[in-house]
Amino acid sequence: MTSSRTRRRQREAALGYLMLLPALVIFVVFIFYPFLRNFQLGFYLNPPFPNLPKRWVGFDQYRDILSSASFISSLKTTIAFAFMTVPAGIGLGLALAVTANRKLRGIGVYRAIFSSTVATSVAVAAVIFSLMFNPIVGLLPWMGISPTPPIIENPDLALAAVALVTVWQTLGLTFILLSAGLQAIPEDLYEAAQVDGAGGTTRFWRITIPMLSPTLFFAVVIGSIHAFQSFGQIDIITSGGPFKHTNVLTYSIYGELNGTNGPPNPGKAAVLAIALFAITLGLTAVQMRVLERRVHYAR
Amino acid sequence: MRADSRAGHRLRKFGSYAILTVLAFVVLFPIYITVVNSLLRPVDIAARPPVFFPLHPKWSSYADAWNGGHMSKYLVNSFIVTIAITVGQVFTAILAGYAFAFLEFPFKRTLFAVFLATLMVPFEVTVVTNLDTVRALGWFNTYQGLAVPFLATGFGAFLVRQAFLQVPPDLSDAAALDGYGHWRFMTRVAVPLARPAVAALTVFGFLGAWNQFLWPLLATKDDQLRTVQIGLKTLRQTSLNDVNVTFAGAVIAVIPIAIILLLFQKHLVRGLTAGAVKG
Repeated sequence: MTSSRTRRRQREAALGYLMLLPALVIFVVFIFYPFLRNFQLGFYLNPPFPNLPKRWVGFDQYRDILSSASFISSLKTTIAFAFMTVPAGIGLGLALAVTANRKLRGIGVYRAIFSSTVATSVAVAAVIFSLMFNPIVGLLPWMGISPTPPIIENPDLALAAVALVTVWQTLGLTFILLSAGLQAIPEDLYEAAQVDGAGGTTRFWRITIPMLSPTLFFAVVIGSIHAFQSFGQIDIITSGGPFKHTNVLTYSIYGELNGTNGPPNPGKAAVLAIALFAITLGLTAVQMRVLERRVHYAR
Repeated sequence: MRADSRAGHRLRKFGSYAILTVLAFVVLFPIYITVVNSLLRPVDIAARPPVFFPLHPKWSSYADAWNGGHMSKYLVNSFIVTIAITVGQVFTAILAGYAFAFLEFPFKRTLFAVFLATLMVPFEVTVVTNLDTVRALGWFNTYQGLAVPFLATGFGAFLVRQAFLQVPPDLSDAAALDGYGHWRFMTRVAVPLARPAVAALTVFGFLGAWNQFLWPLLATKDDQLRTVQIGLKTLRQTSLNDVNVTFAGAVIAVIPIAIILLLFQKHLVRGLTAGAVKG
């Protein structure tokens, strides 16, 4: 009796492991192993010319890269990019969501239009806008926005241009997310506030924003993580230029791998990847902390 | 007084529509201009003032993008890779979700933590070695190389497990009494009940796979394997003198995903809000 129960338990365990196996194999080969190997790659200095042996330098390479001017400037560019895209994207998404959150005939059409940019990809948006920025065929120059050098080659404007593309491309997703959050707010809260004589502005700041804060917070964290991983729009529109003014962290990893700056340098790419991981981890940790404390329902 | 407030109400309603329409115009403008430009001759695209409506639409741009621009090949590649990734993700998520929700085995919590840990590692962090791995396997510039690294996600397993945990225990007891094995219980009872989560995962996985950029750029080297996103970049570089063809390519790249979103938007919203709005 007991032995048959033990056997059944063993069979259940075996089945459990078998069902986890496919996913685990993928995780080990394509996530955990490459993740850990970054640390090892970082200990080796790649030779300046191909076909020479790699040299063990321990933590020297980490120190040299992470304190180098090019890394610091790339990090600054990435942070500036996040500050250009996240607040503007969420602000606009919120404006659209609040405007569309009313009972009007035909509102479904407007909602569909506001969420329409989800259908585009980063590459599609980048191609469309890069043509719009173009000094000859583009519309922006015709509208009077025609700086010299042209937008994409302009060190002061290139990053903002890429940020604009990003904000537009993610607008649909932000709109959908924030609309779902708005619709989850109980309507009687607004009715009660109206009875108390609260105007539209008061209701927005005292009800909408506090009740929406978990969703807003989620959008900020996800938006920041995405901003730090942005790649396609930069590759298509500026290729990191002009003069590295849009060389965000992910693009610098790609540059080292692809050999844009001389021969491919996996050691350097690995150290940059670890830096990217640390930043993402930090952002996720902040999210977990805040969500756990649930400060969003304070008061 | 009453007429006054009714007029005010009407005015407010009109104001709402006015604001909504202006915003809709701003959001849609880049898409509109893309469609218009895809139907113009290159000369007209550069015309000043710009042409905002194609009086003599030049449909041949689409044929040029489709054939000469290889968009047809890119689309096929994207569909193959995207469908493989989506099916794989749903399959591995159902299996793992079932094990975590319905089975007992040693180290279950540890293994679940391992699954969640994968969410902490952005794909960009793993590309250095994944490129070596794919080359070592002989998968560089192949469909396997594009799809296999993405056949499982921690997010998917988590989503399906949560849905499975909602299945009433009575049901699994009743199924056990009826002599259902785990396989039958999973396919006949658990998965049908978890359909919303599975649907959300499907739409999410499809969208993510379709829009991938960095990996297909690194892991392919020619038109035989390029996906739509990378192909569009190539098309832009090769048709510099025929901008209309690039615009047509962009429209072609958007159409499949637009159709899928129109059909399944509800599921996308559910997947998106799974982590955000507290139920």
